[in-house]
Amino acid sequence: MNNDLIVSVSPHYHKQGSTTQRIMLDVLIALCPALVASCLIFGWRSLLLTVFSGANCLFLEWCWNKLMKKPQTIADLSAVVTGVLLAFNVPASMPLWQLMVGDFIAVIIVKMLFGGIGCNFVNPALAGRVTMMLSFTGSMTAYNPGVYAGGVDALSSATPLAVINELDFGSFMTLFLGRHGGVLGETCALALIIGGVYLVIREVIKPTIPVCFACSVLVFTFLFNGFHFTQAVLSLFSGGLMLGAIFMATDYVTSPMTRKGQIIFAVGCGFLTTAIRIFANYPEGVSFAILLMNLVVPYINDGTRTKPLGGVNA
Amino acid sequence: MSLKNLHGVHIPHRKNTAGMEALRMPPPAVVTIPMSMHIGKPANCIVKAGDHVDVGQKIGEPGGFVSSPVYASVSGTVKKVEPLLMFMGASCQAVVIESDGAMTVSPEVKPPEITDYQSFINAVRDSGVVGLGGATFPTAVKLDVKDTSRIQEIIFNGAECEGYITSDHRTMLDRAEEIAAGARLLEKWLDVKKIIIAIEDNKPDCIAKMKEVTASDEHVEVRALPAMYPQGGEKVLIYHVTGKVMPEGKLPIDVGSIVMNVTSVAALAHYCATGMPLVEKCITVDGSAIKEPKNVIAPIGTASLEVIEFAGGFKCEPKKLVMGGPMMGVAQYDLNSPVTKGTSALLAFDEKEARPAEPSACIRCGGCVDHCPMNLMPCEIERAYEKKDGAALKALKVGLCIECGSCAFQCPANRPLVQVNKLSKTMLRDYENALKEKEAKK
Repeated sequence: MNNDLIVSVSPHYHKQGSTTQRIMLDVLIALCPALVASCLIFGWRSLLLTVFSGANCLFLEWCWNKLMKKPQTIADLSAVVTGVLLAFNVPASMPLWQLMVGDFIAVIIVKMLFGGIGCNFVNPALAGRVTMMLSFTGSMTAYNPGVYAGGVDALSSATPLAVINELDFGSFMTLFLGRHGGVLGETCALALIIGGVYLVIREVIKPTIPVCFACSVLVFTFLFNGFHFTQAVLSLFSGGLMLGAIFMATDYVTSPMTRKGQIIFAVGCGFLTTAIRIFANYPEGVSFAILLMNLVVPYINDGTRTKPLGGVNA
Repeated sequence: MSLKNLHGVHIPHRKNTAGMEALRMPPPAVVTIPMSMHIGKPANCIVKAGDHVDVGQKIGEPGGFVSSPVYASVSGTVKKVEPLLMFMGASCQAVVIESDGAMTVSPEVKPPEITDYQSFINAVRDSGVVGLGGATFPTAVKLDVKDTSRIQEIIFNGAECEGYITSDHRTMLDRAEEIAAGARLLEKWLDVKKIIIAIEDNKPDCIAKMKEVTASDEHVEVRALPAMYPQGGEKVLIYHVTGKVMPEGKLPIDVGSIVMNVTSVAALAHYCATGMPLVEKCITVDGSAIKEPKNVIAPIGTASLEVIEFAGGFKCEPKKLVMGGPMMGVAQYDLNSPVTKGTSALLAFDEKEARPAEPSACIRCGGCVDHCPMNLMPCEIERAYEKKDGAALKALKVGLCIECGSCAFQCPANRPLVQVNKLSKTMLRDYENALKEKEAKK
């Protein structure tokens, strides 16, 4: 019976429930309020697209591992998160085959080709979105009014970012609750914030990145846009900022590890988002801003290492 | 001075045995006493097969300055002296004694005569006491500071931050007077003006008891610290108690502190009062494979299995035997491994808790960075180790790692971060030696 003893290195304890799978499951749970909101605003096709995209990403990762004869990694659910996030970035009228192209770019090109989970150099879902944005601009910007149209003008018009103007409280609530045109997951700020609070409570993310990102967008919009406070506040709830700040910029792999690094990263995202929104041709800058900042994360990480306790400078 | 608490983790305490007074087990038929139960040179064996020995009789002389004597823990006949493969991978001489069951006390055992600093240090050395929290550094070496004015304070470590273990807890309750006597000895012979007994606040009974027995001693302060892991780590404890940071490559005494485990203090006081050196140990027997968790006082050298059987045995087949706590304890390859001076617990786990989870890819969550008490970056150390990058390991200060296991405890990908840190330390040493050689050639 002595030969049966397991000899392993300490610690012999492991934190209950601390697994990659649990983290990804928490992210999926946090995305549920936004999915519900999306179904209410845009109809059942939201659910179809989301489930299709999640399943498709899972299938792609499974195929890759099978073809490459690698150990199966789909159980960590990270592919589902990528798929759901990607679906949240397309309008309800998106053709399925175009979404499949986005899924392929995200999972195969950006993630698996670079070594799978933990090795992607940018956020896979965002890379997929940007690819679709450039390839299928028409369907990606068909922000259809949806089935929940209650006669609100904003619904049939362009997205708020394109027509930001003075808005009264009623219009603000429309914006906050997401009852306007846009892509699936990013219109309802309330649902996204509920998801974000859940992630913070579950200690999956820290509030550093979302809060710094949002605050810097607020401040930079105020500064760049003629000190117009109402517009600065509106900029927080329009476009993909909430989805980007809470769910995309906080991706572990492509965000810095230390608090200091995360602040630099988030402020950089905020600055680029605002600059693109105000000075560039695209009405929306969140995706490009996060992608660009993803690329400098290794440098931020190197520059913001922790200071070991009792470390002597050599 | 505002003190920011160091990072750490909250581990399940599972202190099932805190309320149970320790039971002394009858002498086992055979004990196996290794000559190396401390950090430093092994002791030199001074008995041979056939010799009769009594309890407290010296059987190993210190093998150098950093070493400690070894004493017989039972009376009986030396069966053999043979090499024993220790869990650290090295083998050392071990004396196997067949007990006669009488536990006759050796005539050598008499209280030491202490008249000055040097005779006190000699007594500490003769007591055979080492750091009983698990580090097993010879106490005499720690206390032999030559110039006693260097000691600003001595901290008694009663934190006991590990899971399951309650042997220090029991020592503080059951041997409180000896700890108080130990404090007086240190005050008298080392001229110490400040002794702080540091205890985690999840042990209010120990805090009350220590306050009670040291009430008349103006030099002693009992300090409650928040329960966090690794509160009892030497560097962590010094920082939380005094605010002093131990610089790289320095000893506690370099910042004016000495840390002693409470059980070491009690054992030292016991020797000074009675002349009986360290021959037995209070051991917490617990874990998911143990039928009845208990604290057992066992002669040093008793086989783990016998201690566990005395406590009530297993309730299912044990799949892992850990000597020490769940965070830093060492998994044994043999159920018969003898308990040594540093053994504070024997934990046996069932299949479910014994098998470590399969590691998966690092997801760069930074959890290891957020929970490292030393502010290191274990995930970056792992990358540097995989690249065999000695320069990066040096810059990441892997040498400061106290191997507490907080990073691996937290890691969602189950990375073996402690193991990598240990290996990285060796890699860094090789790298630095190679650098030195290169410079010597120039």
